[in-house]
Amino acid sequence: MLIKDYKPVLFDGAYQKDEWTLGRYVAKGGYEAAKKVLAMPRDPNTRNVPAMIDEIKKSSLRGRGGAGFPTGMKWSFVDYKSKKPRYLAVNFDESEPGTCKDRVVGTYNPHMIIEGCLIAMHTVGIENAYIYIRGEFVEVFDHLTRACAEAYKAGYLGRNVLGSGFDFHVQPHRGAGAYICGEETGLLSSLEGDRGYPKVKPPFPAVEGAWRSPTVVNNASTIASLPFIIKTGADAYSMIGAKPGPDGKPVKNDSPGSQVYCLSGHVKKPGNYEHPMCLTMRELVFELGGGMKDDIPLKAIIPGGSSMPLMRYDGKSYTGSNGKEITDSLDMQMSFDELKKAGSLLGSAAVIVMNERVCMVSALYNLVRFYHHESCGQCTPCREGSGWLEKIISKIYHGKGKPDDFERLYNVATQMSGTTICLLADSVAMPVGATITKFKEEFQHICKTGKSMVVEKFGEKAIRL
Amino acid sequence: MAFAFNDDSEKQFQWLLKRYPEKRAALLPCFRLAEEQQGFVDQASMEYIATRLELAPAYVNGVFTFYSHYRRPEDGKYIVMVCATLPCGLMGAQQVADCFKDELKLGMGETSSDKKFSLRKVECLGSCTTAPVAQINDDYFENLTPQKIKEIVGALKEDKVPPHISNGPSLEGGRCSYRPMVEAFPEGK
Repeated sequence: MLIKDYKPVLFDGAYQKDEWTLGRYVAKGGYEAAKKVLAMPRDPNTRNVPAMIDEIKKSSLRGRGGAGFPTGMKWSFVDYKSKKPRYLAVNFDESEPGTCKDRVVGTYNPHMIIEGCLIAMHTVGIENAYIYIRGEFVEVFDHLTRACAEAYKAGYLGRNVLGSGFDFHVQPHRGAGAYICGEETGLLSSLEGDRGYPKVKPPFPAVEGAWRSPTVVNNASTIASLPFIIKTGADAYSMIGAKPGPDGKPVKNDSPGSQVYCLSGHVKKPGNYEHPMCLTMRELVFELGGGMKDDIPLKAIIPGGSSMPLMRYDGKSYTGSNGKEITDSLDMQMSFDELKKAGSLLGSAAVIVMNERVCMVSALYNLVRFYHHESCGQCTPCREGSGWLEKIISKIYHGKGKPDDFERLYNVATQMSGTTICLLADSVAMPVGATITKFKEEFQHICKTGKSMVVEKFGEKAIRL
Repeated sequence: MAFAFNDDSEKQFQWLLKRYPEKRAALLPCFRLAEEQQGFVDQASMEYIATRLELAPAYVNGVFTFYSHYRRPEDGKYIVMVCATLPCGLMGAQQVADCFKDELKLGMGETSSDKKFSLRKVECLGSCTTAPVAQINDDYFENLTPQKIKEIVGALKEDKVPPHISNGPSLEGGRCSYRPMVEAFPEGK
């Protein structure tokens, strides 16, 4: 269900020069939500605001980083008995291939993130927040640093903010080109001044995170959603994206609120589209995205960033792991739970569209190379496994594969899953598993004949990455 | 060659120390300070940072080499980073890479003999909706075409500000420093 006149929240004012300054933000009603929240008293024993945690739970806000974990629940897991200081770490290490939503929010709406930080900090009882920004995003770092400076000058950050009696500090912190620092514990290691090695969970960051203190780690877009939730109210927010039920009454969406879909690849109008999570893949690609570029038929779509299983859309079915014939549907809803039911995941909502000329062997080779490059090297199954996967796929890609290499790929991928500290091993195993299952014949063909099926069909026009 | 923070870096360094509960956390920002001050991070600056943060030089070196985005002494003046990951790959990253190779007369991973240009393939730059993309030093160049690349490289060869920069024009110089925050809140804590 496409809502034609949906007014963007996170992208309010996006792509307008100087929109990011404090004056412009306050003129639009900025920091009003923070004022409202900061006026609420904290519980003297737990140092938090239980009513606000309930409010966020009621809004059903789910994390926008990839896992879709309910934010209110995450906040309630914080070890409130601990006497240690608490920290907030905002994950702005956006590096999942296909994802580029936070960059726009951070560039054009940095104050929305700072206001979101204030809300989260007061609610959980935090004094210090760190925004971990990937090193490449110089413009985001610059805007956030200058926005923080503006907020300090105006009294939205610093000591006794807005007369609440509490101090609030936000510190932008630059990373330096490591995908793994987007993993929450890897991010905390890097923040502490170490290599970005993920840590074993439990203890979860909410109990023992940065500097061994309870730490809340939230994605930048999640944090930026908070002011809007306070403004509209949790109940109204939870109804965004609701669909009319059989009796005419609206039925809540499993993932309420708006999501920024990063549409890239072979579409006429690639771009970031903010929309409630009630639309279908077909509406996203063919209506918002304007359809396939040069009208070349669709072949496959990765629905949620490169580590999510891809969907096959060339009209053919494939044999699933349960032995049944499956045909992927374009009419599934792009929400966390619905996509999971369809056998993939929404992840960071980065939708990568591929047309029929793309050689899937080369696409997978490209992805596996990425994960091998970005494996932190801590756990053997991931470090060695991603390397072996790259070697095997490289061999197949160059036409030197043997028929049993196909099985070998599958074996290595399945042995990596779930055997490592963080999810990077699964992030490479999932696309490998899905691609070789769904495009089995392409892999078997190149293993047998040494030639790409797509190149044989389209010749010069084939896309081999 | 010995390295020491100049007054500006020292001021930011002292402020940074107040922003984190532990000294060690200032390590990554310190690399950026050295990078801003002298254009790269070398052995001397790493040893200096180790002393200032009371860390072992070997530890500092180990952390530094984990990350790929810092400038090293052997890098060229302009580092051309061509994104090669899937979304850019689909939109012609290979042609973009070839075009830069031809224009700069460099292979992937090479630096020109006059140390003006370094060319490298990098993984996802986080600008997938405007693929193909390249980053040169701090600036993003989006929706690249051979013509655009020709104009960009032509300008850089003459040390002029290149056309087609996609980030805002209000940001030239001093974009990577904490100076605005130090001035706005010198107490730090």
